[in-house]
Amino acid sequence: MSQPLRSWGRYPNLPQTGHTAHWRSELSAQVDAVFKAHGSTLPFGNGRSYGDSCLALSDHVVETRALDRFISADWEKGVLRAEAGVTLAEILRVSIPRGWFLSVTPGTQFATLGGAIANDVHGKNHHSRGTFGNHLRCFSLMRHGEGALTCSPGENNALFAATIGGLGLTGVIDWAEIQLMPIRSSRIDSIVTRFADLDEFFALSRELDHHHEYAVAWIDCLAKGTYAGRGVYIVGDHASDGGLNVDDRAKLDVPFTPRLSLINKASSRAFNEFYWRLQPATPTPRQVGYEPFFYPLDRILNWNRIYGRAGFQQYQCVIPDIAAEAAMRELLSVTAGAKSGSFLAVLKRCGAIASPGLLSFPLAGTSLALDFPQTAHLEHELFPRLDAIVRAAGGRLYPAKDAHMTGADFRNAYPAWEKVEALRDPALNSRFWKRVTG
Amino acid sequence: MKRILIIGANSAIATACARQWTAQGASFFLVARNAEKLAQTAADLTARGAKAVDVLAMDATDFTAHAAMLASCVRVLSQIDVALIAHGTLPDQKSCEQSAAPAVEAFAVNATSTVALLTLLANQFERQGAGTLAVISSVAGDRGRPSNYVYGAAKAAVSTFCEGLRARLFKAGVHVMTIKPGFVDTPMTKGLKLPAALVATPEQIARRIVAGVERKTANLYTPAFWAPIMLIIRNIPGPLFKRLNL
Ligand SMILES: Cc1cc2nc3c(=O)[nH]c(=O)nc-3n(C[C@H](O)[C@H](O)[C@H](O)COP(=O)(O)OP(=O)(O)OC[C@H]3O[C@@H](n4cnc5c(N)ncnc54)[C@H](O)[C@@H]3O)c2cc1C
Ligand SMILES: NC(=O)c1ccc[n+]([C@@H]2O[C@H](COP(=O)([O-])OP(=O)(O)OC[C@H]3O[C@@H](n4cnc5c(N)ncnc54)[C@H](OP(=O)(O)O)[C@@H]3O)[C@@H](O)[C@H]2O)c1
Repeated sequence: MSQPLRSWGRYPNLPQTGHTAHWRSELSAQVDAVFKAHGSTLPFGNGRSYGDSCLALSDHVVETRALDRFISADWEKGVLRAEAGVTLAEILRVSIPRGWFLSVTPGTQFATLGGAIANDVHGKNHHSRGTFGNHLRCFSLMRHGEGALTCSPGENNALFAATIGGLGLTGVIDWAEIQLMPIRSSRIDSIVTRFADLDEFFALSRELDHHHEYAVAWIDCLAKGTYAGRGVYIVGDHASDGGLNVDDRAKLDVPFTPRLSLINKASSRAFNEFYWRLQPATPTPRQVGYEPFFYPLDRILNWNRIYGRAGFQQYQCVIPDIAAEAAMRELLSVTAGAKSGSFLAVLKRCGAIASPGLLSFPLAGTSLALDFPQTAHLEHELFPRLDAIVRAAGGRLYPAKDAHMTGADFRNAYPAWEKVEALRDPALNSRFWKRVTG
Repeated sequence: MKRILIIGANSAIATACARQWTAQGASFFLVARNAEKLAQTAADLTARGAKAVDVLAMDATDFTAHAAMLASCVRVLSQIDVALIAHGTLPDQKSCEQSAAPAVEAFAVNATSTVALLTLLANQFERQGAGTLAVISSVAGDRGRPSNYVYGAAKAAVSTFCEGLRARLFKAGVHVMTIKPGFVDTPMTKGLKLPAALVATPEQIARRIVAGVERKTANLYTPAFWAPIMLIIRNIPGPLFKRLNL
């Protein structure tokens, strides 16, 4: 009865029919029923993945959002066990007043626990804490014909590794247990400074990243000539005072999808120019709430609609350290010259902490994320050129954001894919998996 | 700090209310039919920080169990600040037309059990001289529609019963709130084809219920847009209404 579900980029336009499981006891029967009726299915969290990795091959998904119960919480140790459909926002609402924060959080608090595991998400502290999977103690996995299996580093460890970043293919996670991180304040002490070009960014990052829990940069990828590579470098740490308060800023909403994108090269250029000018030229400390620091886009509900009915694509790659500086320069120069400009561009140095997951995206290097309104030009002209740079530099693309990568690129960059395929639940398959392995 | 009794505590709408009351530091006595789900509901509220959670498994149509249920509730909470009655089923209208048994059964769950429970609770609350009885009825009780008049009639009985009870208990300082949700995305409506624009989440419904308890609202339409819609629907003349097939 729910409305058709889409991925966050609304591209490819393959509306999904949702089948909700309201209780853990119903999950396995629900998966079986959809599998029998439609040939395959896929768990669907909150649809915060951009491309087609959260779309079922059959276009019939099993929705987990109603599995939103906490199971147990140890507030002495910061260990929380909850059903897979609980969102990160719901966790923070309860954990912050008790002095605990997510050890790793992506840039949206509307991802679910199950989705965060299946994409092994990372955040602004990848260099200091690794991925979500690094703080996962155990979970329960429902597999077709096998029932629920508890997976941890010590139990069913092959499934544990295959499921972290496993794109929802190895079974449906019904609950998970995570280790939270202690905080003394919900506020973030941040330092913001502009940089003039990529050299300056890498110098700042090398010098400062390891002194701070969080580090990220925004880059003006429309600036050309002398301004090319300019941006804003942001670091942050949990403050030691300021109270343990849940941020509850009023949310704005984009109530409908305009026919055409409101984002184009001109509006992006104006925004980027404006934003750059707002930022301090020299390192400036600020204390901010955790919502504006981690989740600025969550302020506007349904912001993805501003890209119009055609939707948009995010291009996120990570390039190993050794090739990162040169490749970033090339990627940005190709992007700046392209027909469609990127409205947002995020640069982040990832660290060397290994994830337990087989298909985890981050590697020690630099990650770049670019958002583009959907046009045929992306797949025919721009993305092939960017892909060539990433390939040559030994980098890879992020399946959670992807709607275009070639099967060959995926299989080369993620050689463990065959292990995941071998452990794939026979009832589950996605549009993405079929595209890159099929 | 509120002490809250919930009958039908596994309901999605009731759970959403309980979570909001938890944030205000409430203690609960939860009653539901399915014991396994009840344990999960209780664990959820406990982990979210509820002061205390006690549970009791009971089928609401087991009328003989009501008095003992209330006695244990009073033993645990000593005074009940809010009692939320949330259990219910949506009978299959077509089978109710084929034979009387499913219609009678639907009445037992949705109307008779609520009347029985409210009768006991009313006397408890009257003795307390304080508190709120919050009862989930439905917009479906406002008018008899061909698509679900058995369910609607049971909810109409509840609404009318509550209206009378409100007038009686008002003098004792006890408030009775009739809650009339529209379409809500819960297990009860799973698989139904409903107009997506009119379907609310249990959280939206709960926010209004929790606020309504504070404000001592008498009839709570939720979401709020159902109040004007139902005003119009209640005033459609009978001869026209029967032709509309709503
Ligand atoms: C504004 C924004 C910022 C973001 N920032 C970041 C970031 O900084 N870092 C980052 O890593 N990602 C980021 N993302 C991506 C997002 O965090 C991931 O796509 C995340 O997985 C979305 O979770 P979801 O619950 O919406 O899952 P969905 O998108 O619904 O599903 C994602 C995958 O999880 C699987 N899945 C869902 N539930 C289960 C389950 N119970 N059991 C098994 N598999 C399941 C699905 O099958 C699918 O393969 C961002 C997204 C947005 C919109
Ligand atoms: N969803 C809607 O669109 C909607 C609209 C208007 C009004 N309502 C009303 O809202 C209330 C809550 O329903 P909901 O939407 O939250 O659906 P729900 O999640 O399906 O909850 C209904 C609950 O009723 C309980 N129940 C059913 N028969 C029972 C019995 N004989 N004894 C004890 N408990 C029984 C079930 O308990 P167990 O799980 O323990 O079996 C179930 O948890 C109901 O009164 C419903 O009529 C709903």
